[in-house]
Amino acid sequence: MNKSLNKSIFDKKVELKSTRDGFGEALVEAAKINKEIVALSADLTESVRLNHFKEHFPERFVEVGVAEQNMMGIAAGMAIAGKIPVVGSYAVFNPGRNWDQLRVSVCYSNLNVKVIGGHAGLSVGPDGATHQALEDIAITRVLPNLDVIVPCDYEEARKSTKAMSEIHGPLYLRLGRTSIPVITTEDTNFEIGKAEIFKEGSDVTIVACGIMVYQALVAANQLEKEGIKAEVINNHTIKPLDTDTIIKSAMKTKCIVTAEEHQINAGLGSAIAEAIVKEYPVAIEMVGINNTFGESGDPEELMKKYKITSKDIVSSVKKAIERKTK
Amino acid sequence: MSGRIEKKSIADLQRLANDIRKDILKMLLTAGSGHSAGPLGMADIFTGLYFDVLKHNPTHPKWEERDYVFLSNGHICPVWYVTLAYAGYSEKSELKTLRKINSRLQGHPNRLDLPGIENSSGPLGQGISQAIGAAVAVEMDNKKNQVYCLMGDGELNEGQCWEAFMFAGNRRVNNLTIIIDRNNIQIDGFTEDIMPLENLKDKLESFNLHVLEIDGHNIDEFIEATNKAKAIHAKTVVIIAHTIPGKGVEFMEFKPEWHGKPPNTEEAKKGIKEIRSLKDQIEWD
Repeated sequence: MNKSLNKSIFDKKVELKSTRDGFGEALVEAAKINKEIVALSADLTESVRLNHFKEHFPERFVEVGVAEQNMMGIAAGMAIAGKIPVVGSYAVFNPGRNWDQLRVSVCYSNLNVKVIGGHAGLSVGPDGATHQALEDIAITRVLPNLDVIVPCDYEEARKSTKAMSEIHGPLYLRLGRTSIPVITTEDTNFEIGKAEIFKEGSDVTIVACGIMVYQALVAANQLEKEGIKAEVINNHTIKPLDTDTIIKSAMKTKCIVTAEEHQINAGLGSAIAEAIVKEYPVAIEMVGINNTFGESGDPEELMKKYKITSKDIVSSVKKAIERKTK
Repeated sequence: MSGRIEKKSIADLQRLANDIRKDILKMLLTAGSGHSAGPLGMADIFTGLYFDVLKHNPTHPKWEERDYVFLSNGHICPVWYVTLAYAGYSEKSELKTLRKINSRLQGHPNRLDLPGIENSSGPLGQGISQAIGAAVAVEMDNKKNQVYCLMGDGELNEGQCWEAFMFAGNRRVNNLTIIIDRNNIQIDGFTEDIMPLENLKDKLESFNLHVLEIDGHNIDEFIEATNKAKAIHAKTVVIIAHTIPGKGVEFMEFKPEWHGKPPNTEEAKKGIKEIRSLKDQIEWD
């Protein structure tokens, strides 16, 4: 295990915190340093944790009402006039509903707008399918100029927020609603565009992002007991993809399992497959949502029903290993 | 740094607008595609804007104290390209590259390509939000830049425009002047047949915007309206500019079918001849 990780990851009393909290708190810290940071909200200020920013910098906070398309456009204009706008809403609306505005007003002009997609993934739970963004990685990673980050926990969301404020250009940050295990610490390395090996192994590479990084570590722990050495890579940056780290690991393990809280189609798994097939083709199994919408339920129940738990990773690992040995 | 181009007389501005019209026809002919009616209809406004109203510096397009111009209906960009070239942002010789491969003059404008192009636009309704964003940012910093946004009337079918108007009215965005090209046509026909906008003035006023109406071909009236707009306190001003689509070329005027197509050689020649005679008329005054 990467020595910088939280030592009590597998304890029952592991600390639980949400990525949205990490973002909301770190944004205030980033905004204290950089006076050009402004925040825009579409009537979901507290949900996306922009309330902290609003309290600290009311004059730099812009409420646009339930109008995500206008919000993205306003952000583009503010960026043209020198600001670093952070636009927050649920991922289904932002970048879901305002994708055209993201594409043309922001990305085409390569403007310094940071898009915060809150409540992403199945783990939103009871709100149901309409509010569970399972396509946002797909529609963002396809856009030129746009970076795509999916932090794995509270601590990494903090680091992503600070890092995004320091680089120029449009960026999408995917956040979740629920409290999830804090697996990294302040000491864990984080660099946009650099995948981190959280656990070394030689039999299979598990590439995960977001809440699935924890599931991948749990799976690797289980596999170890069965004599299978899994390498776990936290692939927080979907774009630009750290192909070097992925390819090197694939050369060692000869098979890959990807894990994401997102549609398998066009998400993390596809991004990895695109890179692998070009440079070093190996067997890949993909854990994710399989071409279906979600539904209401508790996050844990949903993850089980839609087969995105550590158990599903374990069985996919076995399939992948079987394929490579055939 | 000087922020204004040397002032011209109204008669000179009108002559200039007609020169711009001729180049619009030439560039559309060379391009073989593009929009004719809107660019011709807005030539007077663009001329008034860049040669009188704006604080800008063509040799320093990103000058911090510049007034911002956002084009929301990106498809009328030929008039923007020609006006920018006449104002000294780019070479007139480049106009013939419109819509050609490797050109900086894209079919719809790209901010990163050509100096003076403030925003990328094409999909309708986006420029108005961007203009509001710039105006809000300027206001936050207590700066003096004025923001202008040019919109089409067919564009107002887009819901985003009304989100933007609601925001501007609520926030009383003070340093923003919106100019709507009220030419009554859109691709599929007349605006009042496709998706009626009237009473447009009432609609906009009910969004807490201050509305002025002008003849969009009277450059003097346009300049005066922009001055009035600056004087109106704590409200966004919308100038509804009544224009003739295809203005200056009789066979194009008022015809929706000329919204989105270029002239062929015969038509361009005829059009340029008509614009020339228009120029003579002005000179006789």
